[in-house]
Amino acid sequence: MTLASLLAQLLNGLAGASSLFLVAAGLTLIFGVSRVVNFAHGSLYMLGAYVAWTSVAWFGRGPVGFWGGVLLATLVVAAIGALVESLLLRRIYAAPELLQLAATFGVVLIVRDLTLATWGAEDLLGPRAAGFAGVVDLFGRATPTYELLLIVVGPLVLAGLWWLLVRTRFGVQIRAATENRALVGALGINEARLFTQVFALGAGLAGLAGALQLPREPANLGMDLAIIAEAFVVTVVGGLGSITGAFLAALLIGLVKALCVVVGTVEFGGFAIAFPKLTLVAEFVVMAIVLAVRPYGLLGQPAVIPATTPVAEFRALIRPPGRRSLAAALALAAVAALLPFTGDEYRLILATDILVLAVFAASLQFLMGGGGMASFGHAAYFGLGAYGAALAFKHGAPMAFALAAAPAAALVGAVIFGWFCVRLSGVYLAMLTLAFAQIVWSIAFQWDAVTGGSNGLVGIWPAPLLADKRDYFWFVLTLAGAALAAIAWLAQTPLGYALRGSRDSALRAEALGIDVRRTQWMAFAIAGTFAGLAGGLHVFSKGSLSPETLAIPRSVDALVMVLLGGLNAIAGPLLGAAAFTLLQDGLARATDYWRAVLGAAILLIVLLAPMGIGGALQRLFARGAR
Amino acid sequence: MTEPLLAVTGLRKAFGGVAAVDDVSFSVAAGEIVALIGPNGAGKSTCFNLINGQLAPDAGSVRLGGTAIGGAAPRAIARLGVGRTFQVAATFASMTVRENVQLALLAHAGAQHQIGRRATTALAAEADALLEQVRMARFADQGCATLAYGDAKRVELALALANAPRLLLMDEPTAGMSPNSRNRMMQLAADLARQTRVAVLFTEHDMDVVFGHADRVIVLDRGRIIAEGPPAAIRNEPRVRAVYLGDDEA
Amino acid sequence: MNRSLRLHLLAAVAALATVLSPAAAAQPIKLGELNSYKTFPAFLEPYKKGMDLALEEINAAGGVLGRPLAIVSRDDNGSPGDAVRVAEELVTREKVVLLMGTFPSNVGLAVADLAKQRKILFLAAEPLTDKIVWENGNRYTFRLRASTYMQTAMLAPEAAKLGRKRWAIVYPNYEYGQAATQAFKKQMMALQTGGIEFVEQAVPLGKIDAGPVVQALADARPDAIFSSLFGTDLARFVREGELRGLFRDRPVFNLLGGEPEYLDPLKDEAPVGWWVTGYPWYAIDTPPHRRFRDAYQARYKDYPRLGSVVGYSTVQAAAAALRKAGSTDTEKLVAAMKGLAFDSPFGKVSFRALDHQSTMGAYVGRTALKDGKGVMVDWRYADGKDHLPSDDAVKAMRPAD
Ligand SMILES: Nc1ncnc2c1ncn2[C@@H]1O[C@H](COP(=O)(O)OP(=O)(O)OP(=O)(O)O)[C@@H](O)[C@H]1O
Ligand SMILES: [Mg+2]
Repeated sequence: MTLASLLAQLLNGLAGASSLFLVAAGLTLIFGVSRVVNFAHGSLYMLGAYVAWTSVAWFGRGPVGFWGGVLLATLVVAAIGALVESLLLRRIYAAPELLQLAATFGVVLIVRDLTLATWGAEDLLGPRAAGFAGVVDLFGRATPTYELLLIVVGPLVLAGLWWLLVRTRFGVQIRAATENRALVGALGINEARLFTQVFALGAGLAGLAGALQLPREPANLGMDLAIIAEAFVVTVVGGLGSITGAFLAALLIGLVKALCVVVGTVEFGGFAIAFPKLTLVAEFVVMAIVLAVRPYGLLGQPAVIPATTPVAEFRALIRPPGRRSLAAALALAAVAALLPFTGDEYRLILATDILVLAVFAASLQFLMGGGGMASFGHAAYFGLGAYGAALAFKHGAPMAFALAAAPAAALVGAVIFGWFCVRLSGVYLAMLTLAFAQIVWSIAFQWDAVTGGSNGLVGIWPAPLLADKRDYFWFVLTLAGAALAAIAWLAQTPLGYALRGSRDSALRAEALGIDVRRTQWMAFAIAGTFAGLAGGLHVFSKGSLSPETLAIPRSVDALVMVLLGGLNAIAGPLLGAAAFTLLQDGLARATDYWRAVLGAAILLIVLLAPMGIGGALQRLFARGAR
Repeated sequence: MTEPLLAVTGLRKAFGGVAAVDDVSFSVAAGEIVALIGPNGAGKSTCFNLINGQLAPDAGSVRLGGTAIGGAAPRAIARLGVGRTFQVAATFASMTVRENVQLALLAHAGAQHQIGRRATTALAAEADALLEQVRMARFADQGCATLAYGDAKRVELALALANAPRLLLMDEPTAGMSPNSRNRMMQLAADLARQTRVAVLFTEHDMDVVFGHADRVIVLDRGRIIAEGPPAAIRNEPRVRAVYLGDDEA
Repeated sequence: MNRSLRLHLLAAVAALATVLSPAAAAQPIKLGELNSYKTFPAFLEPYKKGMDLALEEINAAGGVLGRPLAIVSRDDNGSPGDAVRVAEELVTREKVVLLMGTFPSNVGLAVADLAKQRKILFLAAEPLTDKIVWENGNRYTFRLRASTYMQTAMLAPEAAKLGRKRWAIVYPNYEYGQAATQAFKKQMMALQTGGIEFVEQAVPLGKIDAGPVVQALADARPDAIFSSLFGTDLARFVREGELRGLFRDRPVFNLLGGEPEYLDPLKDEAPVGWWVTGYPWYAIDTPPHRRFRDAYQARYKDYPRLGSVVGYSTVQAAAAALRKAGSTDTEKLVAAMKGLAFDSPFGKVSFRALDHQSTMGAYVGRTALKDGKGVMVDWRYADGKDHLPSDDAVKAMRPAD
C-alpha cells in the first residue's frame, strides 16, 4: 500500500460517507423532533432512486432528465413522507415508541411490494450523472468526477441544514422540539404542522440521497434494507438528533470501510486476517466501540432521551394474573394437548412454530415490557441458542444435552452483551443490542469451519423418541408451557418488581437501594436464556439452521410479535406469535403480494389496537367483568 | 456533643462553570429537624443530590455517622440508612400503593432479587402499617399513577421510611397539599424524628411549615449559605428577608 | 387461493376438456414447489413463467400417467426455517408427490435435509452449491443446474490458456462466492504450471462498495481478474471498473455474467470481451431450444431468461421422472431419477446416478455489445458432464445413501 493509494481510498471513503450522511441526516432530524425510529427511511431512499430513474426514462439522460430527476425525486419523496406522517404516524405519537417502529416496518413491507408492482423486479440501471460522467487524474489514479461531486454535496447539505436550523424560524422550532419536547407547546408552535414539515424534510433528504445514488447503483428492490441498518448506525454513532454528529459518524464509518478494503489481508503472527471481509460488520463494530465509550454517541445529548419513558403504557397499572388467567391458561394447554388427535399434521407444525415463537416473544416482552429495555437484536440469543444446540448435537451430544446447550450458550452471550447494554438507555441501548447481534451474525456467517458459514448446519433432528411430529409437539408444548409460566412467574417475584420498578423510576429504585443496572443485567440474562431455549427448540423442529436465524429480520419479527400481542399483556407473546405466524402462513398462500398485506395488517392493528391484541382483549374482559 | 449524624463540609458542585452549590458546610444531629430554604435555583435540591449520591461533589465531603459517603452510589448510601423523597414525587407508576411499599421493604431486606416468592404477598402487613402511618392505608390498592400529588408525596415518605432511615431527606414534602395536610405531614416527620431519633433535613417554600416545625433553619442563596440559626432568629435576619422572604411575599 | 395455483388448475381443467379421456378425469398429480419469489424476483419471475409453460404443455398433451399435473407453489421468504415450514405444508396438507424449486444455497440445503428426513423426493432447481449433491448429498435430493464447481470448471481452462501470473479475485462474501473462488484457485493451480498468485476482495452480498474495491484491485496491479459477482454488485462493479480503467488490457472472467438476468440490466454499459458463463437465448438455434423459445415468446410476449429455462426444465424433469417411475411412489421416483434422461431446451440432459447431479450445462463465451445491449459471442455449449471431478473424487466427498 502506497501513500497515493491510501489517499485515493480516503477519497472513496469520503464519497461513500457523503451519501450515507444524506440518508442519516433525514433520519436523525425526524427522530430528534418526533422520536420516531423510522424504519421506512430506507424505503424512502429506494423510492428516490426509482423516481429519478423514471425521470431519466421520460426526459432522457441529459441534464434535464438526470438533475431534474434528482429534484423531482426529492420533492416526490418529501410529499410521500408528509403523507405517511399525516395519515399514519400522527395517529400514533402517543403510542409506545416501539409501536411506531412496528408501524414504520409495516410501511416498509407495503412500499417494497408497491415498488415491485410499479417498476418490476429487474434492476434498473440509471445513467451516469449528466456533466459528471468522466474521470480526472488524482494521485495518479482515475478518479470519477461524480465521486468528487458527492464529496462536496455532503458538506453542502450539512451547511444548508445548519443554516436552516440556526437562521430560520422553522429551524428554531426544530431545535426547540429536539432539545425539549415541552417547549413545543409552550412556544405556541403548531406541533402537527411542524412534525409534518420535518417528516417531509427528512424524507426529501432520503429521496435526494436515493436519486444521487442512481449513477453508482442500479435502482433495485434491496436498497431499502441495505441502507437502513447502516443509516441507523450512523445516526446513533453521531448521537440521535445531531446533524453534525451524523456527519462525523458517516465520515468515520465511510473511512473505516474504505480502509478495510485497502488494507487487504494482513498476517499477524501466523494469523491471516482478511480485512475486506470485515466490511460486512465494520459499521456495527464501530458502533459498539463508540457506544461503549460514549453512551450517547459522538455528539448526542443525554436529554434527548427522557430518563423514564413517558409512555402511557408504562404508567398503566399492571395487575398480577388472577385465578381466571391461570384457569384459562390451563384450559388452553389442555385443548392444545389434544391438537395431535385432530389428524392435521400441518396444524401441529404451525402450533409448534407458534409455541417456539411465543417463548421467544415472551423473553423479549420480559425485557421490553417489564424492563423497559427494547432489544433490536434479540435474534442474537435465539440464534446463539440454535447454534449452541446444533453444534453440540453435531459434536455428538445427545439431544437432551444439545437442547440444554441452547439456553446455556444464549446465557453466556446475554451476560456479556447485557453488561454493556445496561449502561445505556432507550434507542442507544436498542442499537447496541443490534450491534452485538450483527457481530454474532457475521461470526456465524464467516466462520465456515465451525458454523457452516452462510449455508449453516443441517441434519439436526430430534431423537427417535421424539421424531414423530406429534411427540415433538407434546414435548415443545411441555417445555414452552413451562417456559411461558416461568417467565410469567418471574414477573411476579421481587426480581420482576425490582425490574419494573427500575423501569418506572430508576431514580426511586436507586434511592431504595436497588441496583438498577444489576437488576437489568439479570433481566438480560433471563431473557437471553429463554430466547436461547426457543432457539434450541426451533432448530430441532426445522432440522437445520443458517445465519438468518440470528439476522435482523428475525429480531424484527420478535418486536412485531411483542407489539402485536401487547407490551404488557400476559397473554401477549402467545397471541402475538399466533397472529404473526397465522397471518404470514395464510397470506402467503392467499396472494402474491402477501408482504404488502402483512404490512397493512400490522398497520391496522397498530391503529386500532395500540395496546396490542392482548391489551385489547384484557380491556374487553375488564369491561365485561364490571 | 458527639459527632453529628450528617456532616457536610466545603461542598461544591458546578454545572457548566456555574456553581449550583458553593462551599456549603452544615451538620444535622440525630433527632434534629433542619429546614434548608432559599429561593428557586438556590441549590437545595442539588445539595440533596450530593448527599444521597445522585451527584458526585466537585469538592468537599459528606460524612454520615462518621463515614465518608461523598461520591458513593445512591443505592449504597440508601443502604447506609439515608431515605429520600424527591421534589417531583418519584414512585413506581405501574404498581399499586401497597406494592410500592412492599418493593421498598423488600429492597430494605436485601430481598429485591429473590425469585422464589410473589412480591405481592411479601411483607404485606408491614407495608400496611407504614401506609397507616402516612395515612394512605385506604389507597393501598390504587395505582400510583392516579394519585393526587399530595398523596404521591405521602407514598414517597412511606417508601423512604421503609428503609428505616437514620437520615431522612425530604425535598418539598408538602407541595400540593392543603394547609391542614401540610401540618399533619410535618407533624408526622417531627414525631418520627423525636421518637426514633431520625435526623430530618427538608426543603420547603411554605414558611409556616418551616417556622412551625424546624428546629433549625439554613438559608441558601445562589449556592451559598447566607444564614443559619433557630427559626426565630432567621425570621428576623435582614439579609434573609431581603433575598428570600421579600422575594417570597412580594 | 394462490393466483398461479388457480392458473395451473385452470390449465388442468382445460387439458381435461380437450383430452376427454376417462383417465384424465382423475385427480391431478400435485407437484410441490417452493421458492424465494419475493426475495429474488428478478430471477424467479421468469422462472415461474417457464414452469407454467411446461405445465401447460404437459397437460395439453394429456398430462402424465393419465392424470393432469398441478403445481402448488409457495414462497419460502428466502429463509430456511420458513422453507421447511412450507415444505411440510406441501407434504402434509397438499399431499404433493415431490418437492422442487428453491434458490439460495442455505434454503436448498435445508430442504434437501428435510427431504432426507421425510423421505420425499426433492428436485433442487436453482441452488448452485456443490454441497447439495456432494458433502451433503442424500438419496432423495437431485439438482438440476450446473453447480458452482461445474461453471468454474467451464471457465478455468480458458483462463489457464492465457498464462497470466497474477490474478485478482472478487466475490460476494457467502458460500457461492467462496466456493467459486476456491474452485477457481484450485483448478488454476492444477492447470497452470509455474508460479501463480492471487489477491482477493470479498464484498458483502448486494452491498459492494464499488469505488474502494475497484481501487484496491487496480492498486494490486493484477494481470487478470476473476469475478463471481452478479446482480446489483456486478452492475456497480462494471460501471466503477470501466470508469476507473480497471478492465483496460486485463482479461476478465465472470461466472454467470452472461445470464440475461444480470447482463441485460447493464444495457449499453455491458462489458465487452469478458469470458462468462450464461445463456445467449437469441443465438441458440438447436431445434429443442428454438421450439422452447418460440413457445415462450408466443405465450408471454417476452424473451426467455435463464430462469425460464430452469423453471421449464424442472417441470419437464419431474414429469419425465413420473413417467419413468409409472407411479407417484417416492422410492420408485427416486429409482427413476437416477440416470433419468429428459429433453431440456439445452438438449438431452440426465441425472447422474452417482451423485444426482444433472448434466445440464451452460453456455461459455465472451461478452459484446450489439444494438446497445450486452450479448454473448463466440459461445459454445459446455456440457455439464464434461466439467465434473472424477467419479472417485465425487464418491469420496459424498456420504453413502
Ligand atoms: N443536572 C443539572 N444540570 C445543569 N444544571 C443544573 C442541574 N441541576 C441543577 N442545575 C442548576 O443548578 C442550580 C440549582 O438548582 P437546584 O435544583 O438545586 O435549585 P433548588 O434550590 O432546588 O430550586 P427549587 O426551589 O426551584 O427547587 C439551578 O440554577 C439549576 O438550573
Ligand atoms: Mg429543588
